[in-house]
Amino acid sequence: MSREAPPEEEVPGDEGGGGGGECQGEGGCYLALCARPVHFEKANPVNCVFFDEANKQVFAVRSGGATGVVVKGLEDKNPISFRMEDKGEVKCIKFSLGNKILAVQRTLKNVDFLNFIPDSPQLEYTQECKTKNANILGFCWTSSTEIVFITDQGIEFYQVVLPEKRSLKLLKNQSINVNWYMYCPESSVILLSTTVLGNVLQPFYFKSGTMSKLSKFEIELPAAPKSSKLILSERDIAMATIYGQLYVLYLRHHSRTSNSTGAEVVLYHLPREGSCKKTHILKLNRTGKFALNVVDNLVVVHHQDTETSVIFDIKLKGEFDGTATIHQFVLPPRSIQPYQIPVAGPASVTSQSPVLCKLYSSSWIVFQPDIIISASEGYLWNLQVKLEPVVNLLPDKGKLMDFLLQRKECKMVILSVCSQMLSEPGRGSLSVIATVFDKLNHEYKKYLEAEQSYTMVVEAGQSRSNPLLKRPVRTQAVIDQSDMYTHVLSVFTEKKEAPHKFTIAVLMEYIRSLNQFQIAVQHYLYELVIKTLVQHNLFYMLHQFLQYHVLSDSKPLACLLLSLESIYPPAHQLSLDMLKRLSTANDEIVEVLLSKHQVLAALRFIRGIGGHDSISARKFLDAAKQAEDDMLFYTIFRFFEQRNQRLRGNPSFTPGEHCEEHVTFFKEVFGEQALMKPTTF
Amino acid sequence: RMAAAAAAGQEKQLAPILLSFFIYNPKLGPKEGEEEKKILFYHPNEVEKNEKIRNVGLCEAIVQFTRTFSPTKPAKSLHTQKNRQFFHEPEENFWMVMVVRNPIIEKHKDGKPVYEYQEEELLDKVYSSVLQQCYSMYKLFNGTFLKAMEDGGVKVLKERLEKFFHRYLQTLHLQSCDLLDVFCGISFFPLDKMTYLKIQSFINRMEESLSIVKYTAFLYNDQLIWSGLEQDDMRILYKYLTTSLFPRHMEPELAGRDSPIRAEMPGNLQHYGRFLTGPLNLNDPEAKCRFPKIFVNTDDTYEELHLIVYKAMSAAVCFMIDASIPPTLEFCRKLDSIVGPQLTVLASDICEQYNINKRISGAEKEPQFKFIYFNHMNLAEKSTIHMRKTPSVSLASVHPDLMKILGDINSDFSRVDEDEEIIVKAMSDYWVVGKKSDQRELYVILNQKNANLIEVNEEVKKLCATQFNNIFFLD
Repeated sequence: MSREAPPEEEVPGDEGGGGGGECQGEGGCYLALCARPVHFEKANPVNCVFFDEANKQVFAVRSGGATGVVVKGLEDKNPISFRMEDKGEVKCIKFSLGNKILAVQRTLKNVDFLNFIPDSPQLEYTQECKTKNANILGFCWTSSTEIVFITDQGIEFYQVVLPEKRSLKLLKNQSINVNWYMYCPESSVILLSTTVLGNVLQPFYFKSGTMSKLSKFEIELPAAPKSSKLILSERDIAMATIYGQLYVLYLRHHSRTSNSTGAEVVLYHLPREGSCKKTHILKLNRTGKFALNVVDNLVVVHHQDTETSVIFDIKLKGEFDGTATIHQFVLPPRSIQPYQIPVAGPASVTSQSPVLCKLYSSSWIVFQPDIIISASEGYLWNLQVKLEPVVNLLPDKGKLMDFLLQRKECKMVILSVCSQMLSEPGRGSLSVIATVFDKLNHEYKKYLEAEQSYTMVVEAGQSRSNPLLKRPVRTQAVIDQSDMYTHVLSVFTEKKEAPHKFTIAVLMEYIRSLNQFQIAVQHYLYELVIKTLVQHNLFYMLHQFLQYHVLSDSKPLACLLLSLESIYPPAHQLSLDMLKRLSTANDEIVEVLLSKHQVLAALRFIRGIGGHDSISARKFLDAAKQAEDDMLFYTIFRFFEQRNQRLRGNPSFTPGEHCEEHVTFFKEVFGEQALMKPTTF
Repeated sequence: RMAAAAAAGQEKQLAPILLSFFIYNPKLGPKEGEEEKKILFYHPNEVEKNEKIRNVGLCEAIVQFTRTFSPTKPAKSLHTQKNRQFFHEPEENFWMVMVVRNPIIEKHKDGKPVYEYQEEELLDKVYSSVLQQCYSMYKLFNGTFLKAMEDGGVKVLKERLEKFFHRYLQTLHLQSCDLLDVFCGISFFPLDKMTYLKIQSFINRMEESLSIVKYTAFLYNDQLIWSGLEQDDMRILYKYLTTSLFPRHMEPELAGRDSPIRAEMPGNLQHYGRFLTGPLNLNDPEAKCRFPKIFVNTDDTYEELHLIVYKAMSAAVCFMIDASIPPTLEFCRKLDSIVGPQLTVLASDICEQYNINKRISGAEKEPQFKFIYFNHMNLAEKSTIHMRKTPSVSLASVHPDLMKILGDINSDFSRVDEDEEIIVKAMSDYWVVGKKSDQRELYVILNQKNANLIEVNEEVKKLCATQFNNIFFLD
C-alpha cells in the first residue's frame, strides 16, 4: 500500500468499546458503502496491493509483476492488466494521470518508468533522485507527465518532456527535512511534515510545470512534548476539499492533562494565498480509535470502539470561541449500513446465505476523501451519505433544511420533507413551514441572481474579456416554483386532507416567501390559490387578495376571473381592472365589453386610448344589433358614418368593411333619408 | 338662498331631529283592543299609549294601502310638511319606523318667531339607509328579531330592543347624515403587497396558535386591511369599530396612556398591545373576561361569537371566537403574550412602509379635489370631503347644499343600470360631477371660477387619471 498507516490511533485509556452500533432498530443509517465496490485479490505473500489516491486505482502486483499486475479503478469497467519484469520488491506503483506512464519505485534511490502503450514492447527507464544520500519516501504524479519525488531531504519536481525519448527533466527542487508527506490530488497540494516534532507543515502547490511554496504553519499539539521525538503522525492528518476550500484535518486525541471531554478534529483552512488558519473544531465527545472521511462536504468521523460514525457540517451554525467555530455532530452516531458481500461464483451455487461484511474492521484502511479499503477481503468502497434517514433524525426542520440544501442529491428528499410537513401526522406549524419556504427561496434566489448577472454580462458582450465567467451551475438545492408546484403544493391541495384554512395559509405563506425574496410568482400558483378559494366559496377572501394585488396581474389570471363571473359577479370588475392595468390588453377589454353588449362603453374606451380610427365597424355594428336597442344601433352607426366622413370625406362604408347588411338594416328602421349626406366643401 | 340667509341675519336653521322611532309586528296583536301587543319598542317611551297605537296603526295602514299598488315594494317613506316617516321591514312582519322632523328655518317677523319647514331637504335614501343600519347594528349584537322570539318570546325581544335602542338612538346624529350613510362603505388602508402578505402571515399564524379563533379582521389607522368575515357582516362591524369602539379609546391614547404597560412585569417582552374589549388589567386575577357578543352569517349558519378587539399602536385586530367557548383569563394572557409583541413589530413595520410608499408615490400633496368614491363590489369608500370620524359625527367640509346635490345625483344613479355621468352647476362657482361606471360611483366637487363644462370635464379626467388609474373607470 502506498500508505500503510492504519486509520486508527491507539490511545491508552480505559474507555471500553460500545459494541456494534445497530441501526436497524433505531433506524436511520445515514452512511453506506457503495453497492458496486472494486474487488481485488487480497493481499498475501505473493500478491502486493497498492492504492493510488490520485487515480483512485488499486494495483494488485503478483510476484513483483512477473505473473501479472491488475489495476482497477472505481469508475473503470475494464481493469488494466499487464506483466512486467520482476526487478525486486515494489514499494510504490502509480500511473500518471490518464494512465500514460507507469512509475514504479523499487529502491530508496530511484524510480523506474514505463511508457504504457498496451501491446507494445516495454522498455523501462529510470530516474535517480538528485539529492545525495537522500532516500525516496515516495512520489506523486501531478499531471500526465509531471511527477514529484519526496525524499527525506526535500522534494524534486520532474517532467517527462517527451515520453518516447524516455528521459526526465528536473524542473525544480527544494531542500527541506521531511518526516512524512501527504498528497491531495484534488488540489494538487503536497504537505510535508518538518521539524523534529513533525508539527510544522509545509505545503507546496503544483500547476502546469510550476511548483509554489505556500506558507508553512504549525499544528498546535495538545500538550507540551516531553521529548524531542516525532509527535505528529501522518495518521492523524488528512487533507480534503470541503465546500471548495482546502482544509488540513487534524485528529487531536483526548489528553488527560487537558480538560476536554474527548477527542476533536481541528480544521485548518489552507488558502492558495495567505496563511493557514485554524477555523473549525469538531467535537467528538469520545475517545479511542478514529478515522476520517469527507463525503458530500461532510466530515465523517468513524469510531472503531463503538462501531459508529458521526458527521459534521461546517456550514451549519456553531459556537464561535474567538478563533474557531466549534461544531457538534449533526446527527446521533450511527453505524454504517450493514453490507452484504456479493457472493462470487455461478448463480446456481449461490444458495448459501449472504455474508455480512464486518464493518469497522481493524483491517480497514481509509483514504481521502471517501475511500474505504478492506485489504483482508479485497474490497474498495466509496462511502456515501444517505439523506432519507436524516429526515427523521433531525426534528428541527430549519436545521434539517440547512443540512439538506448543502447536499448534492437533495432535491427529492427536500420535496418529500415539504410534503411531509404539510400532512398529518406531524404536520408542521405555519412558522416552521414559513422558515422552510424561506430557506428554499433564499437558495432559489441566489441562483436566479447569478443566472441574471451572467446573462447581463453575456448580453453586454463582455463574456470574451472575462474568461473566468461561467454559467452558474444549477444544483439540486435550487427548488423552484415548478418543483414545489408539481411535487408538493398541487398534490397537497388536491388531497384535501387539511382544513382549507390551512391549505390557503400554506399557499399564501409560499407566495409571501417568494415575494420576500423578490421572486416573480408564477401564474399557476395563483391559479391554485384561486381554485382553492373558489372550491370553498371564499370569494370575499379572493376579492381582498386581488384588491391588494397579492395575485399579480396577468392576462391568464384576468381570463380566469372572467370565467368566474357567473358564480361571483364582482369577478367581472376585477377582471376588467386587471386588463386595464396590464395596458397591453386593450383588445381584450373591447371584447369583454362587446360580449356584454356594452357597445357604447367599448367605443368610449377605444376612443379614450385613441384607437377608434382603426377598429372594425362591422364588429361594433354587429354587437349593437345584437343588443336589440335601436337607439344604440343608430348611435353606433352614426359614429362610423362620421368616422368615414372624417377619414375619407364620405360617410358611406367601403365594400371592404362588409357593412352592407347593417346599412340595409339602418335604412329599414330609420329610413333612407336618415343616412348621413356627404358634405362637400 | 345662501345670499338670502346672509342678508336676513336673524334667521336660524334648526337641524332635523328624531321625533320617534318604533318597532312593531302586526301579527302580534291582530284583534281589536289588543293593538298595544303589536308594539315591541317605542321611542320616546313617554308618549301616551293611545298615541302610540294610533301612530303604529297609521303606518300599518299606509303600508297596506301602498301595497295594493306595488305588492313587493310598499311605501318606504311618507312625506309631510313637518316631518318624514321611514318604513323598513327587515324581517317578515317586523316593521321599523323612524320619524324625522324636517329642518326648519326660524325667522323673526315683528318680533315673533316664524317657522318654515323645509319639506324637500331630507333625502329619502340617506335616512332609509340610516334606518337599515339601525337594524343591522341591532342584529350584529343581538341576532335577529325572530331568534329573540324563539329564545324567549315577545318578552325577551322587547328587553333586547329596549336595552339596545335606548342607548343606540342617542348616538344617531341625524343632522350630519349624508351620502356616506347611503354607502355605509369601508375605508381600506393602502398597502404594498409585501406588507400585506406579512399581515396575512401574521393572521394565519395567530389563528393557528389561538386555535379557538374562528375569524380575524385586521385594521390600521381605523381602515380595514383584512376581513375573515363576509362582506355584509364586516360592513356593520366596521361601522361599529370606527364610529363607536375606536373613538371611545382615542382619548386615553392621546393622553399618553398608550405607553408600554407591560413594563412593570419583569421578564415580559415590552409591547404596546392591549385589549379594547375584555380585561383591562391582565395582572388582576379578578379581571373580568367579558367580551361583546356578535352575530354573523344570520342568513345561513347563524353564528354567535365573542368579539375580542386587541390593539397595538395603530394596528387593531379583531379575533372572533365561538360563543360556546368562554374566553378565560388564561386565554387572554396567552393571547396578549403571543399577539402583543408580534403586533407591535408589525404595526411599526406598516407605519414605516406606509411612509416610504407615500414618499415614493409623492402622495404627500393633498389632492385639491374634493371627492367621494364608492365601489359597490367591495364597498370601498374614499372621501376627501369628510373630516376624520369622531365619536359623534363625521363632518363634511362642504356646504350641506352641495352634499344634497351629491345625494340627488346618487338617487338618479340608482334608478338606472347604465353607466352615467351627471354634471351640475351649483351656486357660487361650484360644479358637481357624478360619474357611474359599472359598480363604481364617483362624485367630485370643483370650485373653479368661470369654468365651463369642457374645462370641468377635463379636470375630472385628470382626477381619474391620477387617483384611479389602476381601475377600469370609463371616461
